[in-house]
Amino acid sequence: MIANEEYRQFLESVRFVYGYDFTEYAEASVIRRISAFMDGKKINSLKDLGKMVLKDETAFEHFIQEITVNVTEMFRDPFFYKSLRKNVINRLATYPFIKIWIAGCSTGEEVYSMAILFREEGLLERTIIYATDINQDALQKARNGISSITHMKSFTENYLKAGGKKSFSDYYKAKYNAVLWDKSLRQNIVFSAHNLAMDRSFNEFQLILCRNVLIYFNQSLQNKVISLFYESLCPFGFLGLGNKESLLFSEKQKCFEEVDKREKIFMRTK
Amino acid sequence: MNPDQKKYDAIVIGASAGGLYIMIRILKLLPANFNIPIIVVQHRAKDERTLLEEVLQQKCKVKIKQADEKELIQPGNVYFAPPDYHLLIENDGTFSLNCDPPVNYSRPSIDVLFETAADVYKQRLLAIILTGANKDGSYGIKKIALQGGTTIAQLPETADYPEMPRAAISTGHVQLVLDADAIGQFLLNTMKNQDVC
Repeated sequence: MIANEEYRQFLESVRFVYGYDFTEYAEASVIRRISAFMDGKKINSLKDLGKMVLKDETAFEHFIQEITVNVTEMFRDPFFYKSLRKNVINRLATYPFIKIWIAGCSTGEEVYSMAILFREEGLLERTIIYATDINQDALQKARNGISSITHMKSFTENYLKAGGKKSFSDYYKAKYNAVLWDKSLRQNIVFSAHNLAMDRSFNEFQLILCRNVLIYFNQSLQNKVISLFYESLCPFGFLGLGNKESLLFSEKQKCFEEVDKREKIFMRTK
Repeated sequence: MNPDQKKYDAIVIGASAGGLYIMIRILKLLPANFNIPIIVVQHRAKDERTLLEEVLQQKCKVKIKQADEKELIQPGNVYFAPPDYHLLIENDGTFSLNCDPPVNYSRPSIDVLFETAADVYKQRLLAIILTGANKDGSYGIKKIALQGGTTIAQLPETADYPEMPRAAISTGHVQLVLDADAIGQFLLNTMKNQDVC
């Protein structure tokens, strides 16, 4: 078990030495991930982990990749995508040029899902998707556009429930036990590293998606990140959050209107 | 001290296949002012959003709700883990959720709830494993017992799916093995021994 004081000191040291700030992450999740990393490496105490990662940058890189990786799926929560088609696409179509930010894109499944949706809605050609994540390994996987074939059955079901207009298999080639997403989906996607806990806004967007990322943060960091999104949205721009996430802890709550309460889609109105 | 004489800050329950029926049998015995928060992981389909809570609420006097992100855990509530998220307890007595990969093929996973609850509540925790067709919760039961908490498993012969209580019992860390009615009675007994707040 990891003692509280020790845990805080460890995170402070990591922040001091490497500039990665996990002090405002939700503790229970981070502690579980750190413990899993320590179990895997047969490290017995946080002190030993500190000795290992604070002196050896390669070891630290490996540690960071392990504790920041998130899993995702194609068209996760299909009704969210259905709602985007119904409530958001029409308004986005009025812009000559559309910029989307997918924050915390992990291994890219959500990015390719959005590219497919925008292709089917006839908007992909004039859209740029900025896909960012803290985790470089995950970003590289996203760039490669390869997913495991294991979950294709449930991905296909998700695609259909999300209102998919074609055959899902039009969008990938399967070989061995992997699928390669259609390369033409990728031409308007920019993958880049961005740390929500530390980095600033870098553009203005009509739509920002950040789904199931805020749940890993404490209330204070959630508030900061929502403010960052607020600053990064154009007037009447849209924000899509995860199913169990809200603007409850944000001082900007009143600057947003609910577009779809159930699917957590908001519009910046002030 | 008898385990039903101890004081508890929280009760955690894990159930899988066959859980709905037994959950109704136990929870409907509790009064609306039941004074210990109950936190439940019931394995459920990921696209079923709130049906479980709605069905249970119709049968129970105690308040049934889905656990919200960062919600403060309070007596008088039975909280359920939402579909497709792990439910964790934070040190400040609030919930957090995460989308980490399934544990024991399950999300929500009973082990994830039990392990984090053990860290927070230590000896003032009561854990109950009910019917189910896998081994989720066994590791958590062990951890809770080692931290001084109380552990109960449903009598496997009375469970629709006995594998889960059996797996928990085989860890050697289950202190009481009871049928549904006895579990309900146990909860009512513990209620009488809590601090008046």
